[in-house]
Amino acid sequence: MKCADILEKISDYLDKELDPSICKEIENHVQDCEPCIAFLNTMRKTVELFNDVGKRETEIPGPVSDKLMNFLKQNVIEKK
Amino acid sequence: MFMYHYMQNRFLAFSISKMEDAEKETYSKEQKAPDKDGLLVKQVLEGDYGAFEQLVKRHQSRVFYHAMRFLNRQEDAEDILQDTFLRAFKGLGSFRGDSSFLTWLLKIATNNCLMKLRKSKKMDIVSLDKPVEIDGSELPREIEDWSNNPSDQRLEDETREFLNKAMARLPEDKRMVLVLKDVEGFTNLEISETLGMSVAAVKSRLHRARLAMRDLLSHYFEEREVNYKRNIQ
Repeated sequence: MKCADILEKISDYLDKELDPSICKEIENHVQDCEPCIAFLNTMRKTVELFNDVGKRETEIPGPVSDKLMNFLKQNVIEKK
Repeated sequence: MFMYHYMQNRFLAFSISKMEDAEKETYSKEQKAPDKDGLLVKQVLEGDYGAFEQLVKRHQSRVFYHAMRFLNRQEDAEDILQDTFLRAFKGLGSFRGDSSFLTWLLKIATNNCLMKLRKSKKMDIVSLDKPVEIDGSELPREIEDWSNNPSDQRLEDETREFLNKAMARLPEDKRMVLVLKDVEGFTNLEISETLGMSVAAVKSRLHRARLAMRDLLSHYFEEREVNYKRNIQ
């Protein structure tokens, strides 16, 4: 396995979408390749940071929520 | 030799943390919400509008910010928000619980966003800044490892703001896949069904999007480090 292969397979590796034998090849390569481990760590961190964006959503602005509730009342309750 | 052991330990730590993440994920998926949302859906179907209001309150933020990431304009995101919950209410009988209620809602919201984008034909003018170039054909020989950069609340908030701007610089098709997968936690199959593309195309776009985001984050952390050093001198 070469560095270019790691580059191509990194997303599938992080998502556990690869055969165990290919994962093993990647892990063997990465152990001895400093740029690849830095690449792997930073790709993993990138994915984690985006996962975190979804988990820490800020509250919806109050007026947007009020508008939504009024809209739904008008279009759901009053049309029943 | 020291470097070899250092890298080996770093890699081991990486593998263990991924295993722990996977366990946490399984645990939380088993524990969470079928139940609160499922129960509310049942109550709505029995005619309880108050239960629908509770569903709206539980998920309105996720739907609103999801639409903001796709459309980048509050007015448009508000339209999507309203339309999504209206459609959800009307189609609630078709919710079978195969995926979570939130995933079902986000699929409706995504379809609404796609329709709005197609109608307004502004597929690419949503970028806030110069669109990011996606290459990813070669691995540079020297890569800065910023994955363990120290952080605090202020820096985390700043980083999140940067991530939102960075996403907006991605081409439309790749941004959608990244948002659905890495922000909202859809599976590749769910994305392929929602966006009407093959799983292979989803994977390919996701990979390019992540590479582009990693590059932007590398520049961001590099700059932050330089500023930090400048400030403490």
